[in-house]
Amino acid sequence: MFPELNSILNSTPDSFKSSDFILVSDRRADASFLIHHYLSFYLRAGCKVCFLGLVQSFSHYSAVGQRLGVSLAQAREKGQLVFLEGLKESFGVLLQDTSQETQPLSYLRSPGAGLEGLFRFVESCVRQSGDGNAGESWGPPVLLIDDLSVLLSLGVSVGAILDFTLYCQATVCSELQGNMVILVRCEEEDADDDEEGSNLLQRGLVHQCNLALHVEGLPTGYCRDIHGQMEVWWRQRGETIYNQRKIFHFKVHDKGASFFARGTSSAVL
Amino acid sequence: MAAPVRGMIGSTSIGNTTSFQKKTRSKLVSIPGTRPSVQNGQLLVSSGVSSLDYVIGGGLAVGTLLLVEEDHYDSYSRMLLKYFLAEGVVCGHELFLASARDHPDDIMQELPSPIVDDVAGMKISEGQSQPSDPENPDTMKIAWRYQNQPKVQTALASSVRFGHYYDVSKTMEPELRQAAKCHSFYQLQETPVVTASSPLPSPYHSLLKSIQTVIRKEGFDGSTPQSKVRNVLRLGLHSLGSVLWGDDVCCKDNPAHCHALTTFLYILRGLLRTSLSVAMVTVPSHLTQNRAVMGRIIRLSDTAIALESFKGSEKETNPLYKDYHGLLHVRQLPRLNCLSCEVPDTKDLAFKLKRKQFTIERLHLPPDLSETTVSP
Repeated sequence: MFPELNSILNSTPDSFKSSDFILVSDRRADASFLIHHYLSFYLRAGCKVCFLGLVQSFSHYSAVGQRLGVSLAQAREKGQLVFLEGLKESFGVLLQDTSQETQPLSYLRSPGAGLEGLFRFVESCVRQSGDGNAGESWGPPVLLIDDLSVLLSLGVSVGAILDFTLYCQATVCSELQGNMVILVRCEEEDADDDEEGSNLLQRGLVHQCNLALHVEGLPTGYCRDIHGQMEVWWRQRGETIYNQRKIFHFKVHDKGASFFARGTSSAVL
Repeated sequence: MAAPVRGMIGSTSIGNTTSFQKKTRSKLVSIPGTRPSVQNGQLLVSSGVSSLDYVIGGGLAVGTLLLVEEDHYDSYSRMLLKYFLAEGVVCGHELFLASARDHPDDIMQELPSPIVDDVAGMKISEGQSQPSDPENPDTMKIAWRYQNQPKVQTALASSVRFGHYYDVSKTMEPELRQAAKCHSFYQLQETPVVTASSPLPSPYHSLLKSIQTVIRKEGFDGSTPQSKVRNVLRLGLHSLGSVLWGDDVCCKDNPAHCHALTTFLYILRGLLRTSLSVAMVTVPSHLTQNRAVMGRIIRLSDTAIALESFKGSEKETNPLYKDYHGLLHVRQLPRLNCLSCEVPDTKDLAFKLKRKQFTIERLHLPPDLSETTVSP
């Protein structure tokens, strides 16, 4: 959890907006540090978290989480965190002879068939009431997806992914008053834009979301002390439409990230 | 699991440069030819070129994938692959080499020979006698305080060292090469398997199956009992994505198998993360017409570098580049088990092949405006 980001977005683990769909995107940069922020944020807030980790192993998030002050292994044991590890089971799914549609990773075998299996997994996870051994009840459910755009590399179509996010938003945000945070990684805008690209996916998701965080490199070039710029776009919130945008510079440390207004990096001042 | 070293996670801060080792409950994983990273405790292996190790943050982490974008004539990327395999032979790691153009045995025969100043311990015959020193003074007259210190062994076993130097003008001795266990996969000799239900074309599918068989059989994923000595598997996959692998991503604008290579890399990374192995993949990126695909391929790998050689281009006569043979671009560095990655202070790197050695150097110094002063 990054305290400076919390103050920018005006939210704390004790009081945050519900039914929020937050889109984190990047272009030629790496915005995954924001996913670690949200993971520790919602675990601290006591929400039930469903995490689809499609690109990294569990121990990676666990190691970073420890530095940010949350223990993922403990959360998983208690039932607060449900973690789908995409990499570990990928080869097994590919080799299977029979592909069931309801399996979460079924898109690996038949990418043209859509993401229904993945949605059923998410739905079953968020609809479970807190019925663990201790009978604890967690807060509103949260869905975190680390890297939705990797599904494009595996052959799933943009339309299928947008359908999936729409179903998830209807279930998690509207019905269960929970939150959703999705990471999408884009390439640069091309003059001859390909129709089935990640830019199309990102544009489609930006229209659905409430808050868009876009991470890019500095437009003036590479700098060792400022790792990039982040644009915060407050969009629709219920009936009110904000449409306010702000740009911040950031630097990622070992234990967090610091955000500052443009031109106020400590290297320059 | 990208093979973190258990002892290091218990120790306090990152950047701990003392040799203090905390007593750990579990055994420290000590595999020859590896060392833990200073930054985040990852287990690192050397890529064979020590200046490349420095550029990518100390070495290649076990469980990760290094992507090398080939130069136009595949001369320097092939040399990097040979350095990678030669380092594996010298450290005693197991090798897996797959190629579609040249037979793996031909590539193995061209490995550079290691420079032998202190590798006396590398001889195959293990029971080596201590080198006797005929003119050993019994008493030291000047440095008498060091009289009782143990003698330094000059015949160090090469497995203790991290990173070696190679002489490109000579090839490795056959005895040394044959001591290493090497599995090979030659695409042209494999019988195509009909895989109607897999999204991957047959060559990639059989390559993945072959890799997984080796990993499982030799126990790199921890399936064999603890008594066996742990080792690292080095995978060298040459020129993936070229037409010889049955993939048309390099020759067509709208390829039929546009997701074959990306799916292959995704599943390969899944296999690497769950075993003690490191992979180096070279891709002829200059042939791909579709830039978006290269972006996806880079994001699917952990470390990505690109080689751009000056041969045949107008940069060959540019006086700025007269000492070098090409430019090295670092496209991506991984963030493994930590938030920040090794940030290089400059991105202008060039490589050159001297008479015997391949080195990577900074092209020019960056302007010195930073929070931390950088000593030149």
